[in-house]
Amino acid sequence: MASKRSVIPFGPQHPVLPEPIHIDLVTEDEKVVEAIPSIGFVHRGLEHLVTKKDFGEMVYVAERICGICSFGHGYGYVNAIEHIMDIHPTDRARYVRTLLFELSRMHSHILWLGLMADAFGFESLFMETWKYREKVLDMLEAATGGRVIFSIIRIGGLRKDVPDDVLKGFLPELDNIVEGIKACEKSFLSDPAVLSRLKGVGYLSKEDAINLSCEGPMLRASGVAHDNRTRGYAAYDDVDFEIITSDEGDSYGRCYVRIQEIYQSADIIRQCIEKMPQEGIYVPIKGFPNGEYMTIIEQPRGGACYYVHASGKKFIERMRVRTPTFANIPALAKTLQGCDVADVPILVVTIDPCISCTER
Amino acid sequence: MAFVNFTKTELKNLFKKPATEKYPEGPSTIKDATRGHVANNMDACVLCSVCQMRCPTGAITVDRKAQTWTIRPFSCIQCRRCVDNCPKKSLSMQKEYTEPDMTKSEQVYELSDKQKQFLAEQARQAAERAAAAMEAKKKAAEEKKAQAAANAESLTKPPVNDEKKADDKKEG
Repeated sequence: MASKRSVIPFGPQHPVLPEPIHIDLVTEDEKVVEAIPSIGFVHRGLEHLVTKKDFGEMVYVAERICGICSFGHGYGYVNAIEHIMDIHPTDRARYVRTLLFELSRMHSHILWLGLMADAFGFESLFMETWKYREKVLDMLEAATGGRVIFSIIRIGGLRKDVPDDVLKGFLPELDNIVEGIKACEKSFLSDPAVLSRLKGVGYLSKEDAINLSCEGPMLRASGVAHDNRTRGYAAYDDVDFEIITSDEGDSYGRCYVRIQEIYQSADIIRQCIEKMPQEGIYVPIKGFPNGEYMTIIEQPRGGACYYVHASGKKFIERMRVRTPTFANIPALAKTLQGCDVADVPILVVTIDPCISCTER
Repeated sequence: MAFVNFTKTELKNLFKKPATEKYPEGPSTIKDATRGHVANNMDACVLCSVCQMRCPTGAITVDRKAQTWTIRPFSCIQCRRCVDNCPKKSLSMQKEYTEPDMTKSEQVYELSDKQKQFLAEQARQAAERAAAAMEAKKKAAEEKKAQAAANAESLTKPPVNDEKKADDKKEG
């Protein structure tokens, strides 16, 4: 007897996600046969604001595209403008930017670990990971003065220097955080109850990951060694790091990649503090940008593209942001096919969705 | 034995101090760099309006007539741009966050008496200078006029001479 198909709406208001994404789950008994995602609930028109704001003020708007990767969005916009205006920031500015970028990555990945623990129902592990996220936020606050929106980056460099003694103070903090995450890692990667929720759930083959143009940890967890940091923006040319990949291709692999990236980020921050040059933080700018540029940087969730078109006026003509979540939604629809209804929250969390980013 | 692993963490947490702060009961820890809210020292402010022009959200209003400086904390995004651009360094970023409020309130700062006197004195001096400059300009204009008249006179004379010369030549 052929079972009847029914459609279960998932979101836009769902306990697993504070952000609105709507997925129509076509189910047959307990199995999802097809998933039809739809977005468009939090469009704010931030890209259009470039025609209303001075190009220097736009940095504050760009930062507000997302609350978690706010530094990255500010950096992406500034990077595009600096290329158009042919500005070369000082070495110290480049290093501090790299450091803050990696702190944001740590913050984002630890937040994701907590959400993942929450999704598979391990409340105390969720709180334990967020305890360490709080420490990263404290470090960001000590460095920039803001916990979520940093307002430290500007075209030509930084608005405020981060004193050396503050940077030195990060080293023991980093050790603490890494130690704490190592203790949590055992629960994520070797707890039999957790493994039963992660292993083999949402498998995405290497070919599918490439064909669906996945980004970030989602792509690396399927065994593709692709990381935009190797393009060498900011100070990534000067620090040593290796692309972390996993051949698992499932939720376990994504968890593994993100945990390893937390350690890697801590390592990059240590290298930055060690090599931190003593120089000015700001190069004065002259005139208005004229030209266009497209830059791609590695956000915590994957590669994000920033396109800026300027015509030598105070206001920029067009800005476009392609965020990693947008690239990962097709892969989400693919992995949802054939999964259990009970695994849907885990699979939605596994791409680390940021819907506010995606819709801007 | 992952079960034992997390049990260890949990047992440790049982005997540790809470990781969170009991905020309203005790003070919250604030970092040196924290951007809490913008405050204005009205003994140094000259109401130049640079902060109003630089504010990306338009949270600041400077009223020169009423001699007040107003900020709307609900619009302010604590970006520190006004503080960085203040020519008199009267604006400063305070570490403490503003208290929550039921309405979108405004904070009005009135110029101190000392600063009012200072600005009035400045305005008076500026007016004096302007008057003096105007006088000088007038004088210069008059002088120029006199000069021009003199020149015109001297210019109108030569043709007479020329005629005379021409007459002389004819006669010659």
